[in-house]
Amino acid sequence: MDDMSLPASTATAILPPDNRTGYQAFQAGDFSFRRDEYFARISWPGGNHIAPIDAFLRALMRDVAWGFFYGVVNFDDVFGTINHYGQVTMFAGRFNEAYRDAGRDFEQRFEADALMALFKAMIGDWTNAGYDPFAAPMETGAPWGPKRGENGAAVERTRVAARRMTGLPGDAAIRTDANGYPVNRMFADVPQDEPRVEVEPGFEGEVGAFNLFAYLSRSDVTWNPSVCSAVGDSLFCPTSEEFTLPVDHGNDRCEWFIVLSDEVIWDVKDKETGKPRAKVIMKAGDVSCMPADIRHKGYADKRAMLLVWENGSPKIPELIARGEAPVVSVQF
Amino acid sequence: MSAPNSNDSGDYTTRFGSLADYDKGGVEIIDDDPKNYVFSNIFEVCSNAAPYERIAVGKNFEYVVEAARAEGTSGWFACAHDEFVLSLDGEVEVHLLKPDSPQVEADSQGAHALAEAPDGRKMGRLVLNRGHLGMLPAGSAYRFDAAAPCALLFQTVEGPVTLQKWAEICQT
Repeated sequence: MDDMSLPASTATAILPPDNRTGYQAFQAGDFSFRRDEYFARISWPGGNHIAPIDAFLRALMRDVAWGFFYGVVNFDDVFGTINHYGQVTMFAGRFNEAYRDAGRDFEQRFEADALMALFKAMIGDWTNAGYDPFAAPMETGAPWGPKRGENGAAVERTRVAARRMTGLPGDAAIRTDANGYPVNRMFADVPQDEPRVEVEPGFEGEVGAFNLFAYLSRSDVTWNPSVCSAVGDSLFCPTSEEFTLPVDHGNDRCEWFIVLSDEVIWDVKDKETGKPRAKVIMKAGDVSCMPADIRHKGYADKRAMLLVWENGSPKIPELIARGEAPVVSVQF
Repeated sequence: MSAPNSNDSGDYTTRFGSLADYDKGGVEIIDDDPKNYVFSNIFEVCSNAAPYERIAVGKNFEYVVEAARAEGTSGWFACAHDEFVLSLDGEVEVHLLKPDSPQVEADSQGAHALAEAPDGRKMGRLVLNRGHLGMLPAGSAYRFDAAAPCALLFQTVEGPVTLQKWAEICQT
């Protein structure tokens, strides 16, 4: 068990490129990372792990873009991160029952800024030209092979976060052909009409609306919620989903999903052990809450619109740290 | 998992729901209690609701997501903070008014039903169709008009008009 009273590490290093593959290696505390043509290879004192590079890059991309997100980001059954909001624990086997039972799990805690800088350098170096780890697999090139250029435009996207509502003057912009967001091939039939907005003089900026479904039909990324409206700390974070959620998200708080179009299926497992608990099949109009003691992974064959509803209140990490955050949002 | 809605040429059909046509999924339990997932369907909830009843389908601390069936003309609502409304399947008009005097306490939470239309200045009008998200700005009063029934989703805070019927609407 990590002693949270001890200082977090800032020891990270970017190592020279491999002579054969051309990829840099990376070091964070006692964890080391290197990639070859097909795999990411992670090692730590007493263990090592291998992950297909496409899956690893998709997971790493989300961890970077989400700022380590809420709770646990399991890249797979072995490796991942825990967000302590300012500090981050990197682990191997922490949420794998076999590793835990055998005492083979390992974890180290880092200052979030230091680890984020390393992860950004890693995703930048390990992503080749033509490969976009945010894109659905059918919409991007292959990540395989020795180092072949880079794709900074893809991996340096910033998460869109409206302060009040997308489309209001001075707030996050709606998506159009003109600003580089064409309609996705799977949403070609989504109407692009805009709402009628009649504003009386003096109320500009107070009266507004936009076509959320058209906005989502133009998303160029998958599994990457962006804030579109905010009521205090209540955040509507819609996203478009295709293929699989690249991580097993281990909740530290309740998280709500509302499917707006098509179908998303969730495999739900126990957060600590990884044992299956439920499968949640969601169609348009369905609402469901992920409890705070699970991990979940989503699947969508046809690109789907999902409204992720988050509570970003700063009081929640304190409740989590004290073990007082509710596991289930609603008791009935 | 069903096959993608695609024909041989690669064209895809996006499946939205509506009051008249929706499919409901569900929770398949392996080792858990289905109530933990608070699973409901907005179109089903709205189908069984009176017009403009605001029924919570999501709750996270003080925040709620409410579903309501728009049908005909609503009464007036007022709220001290921003709210947002999403039309899920049809056309609804939103009439916005800036009351001459506050209709609710400045620190109150959630929407409040008003007994009658307040005096005030017209702020504007929204005509929302499927997928359109509109803002109900802090300190305004508003009402809805819908010629045909449609389903609405509100992003707001639990308040006096919020109805909680979890045992009726959720999978158990």
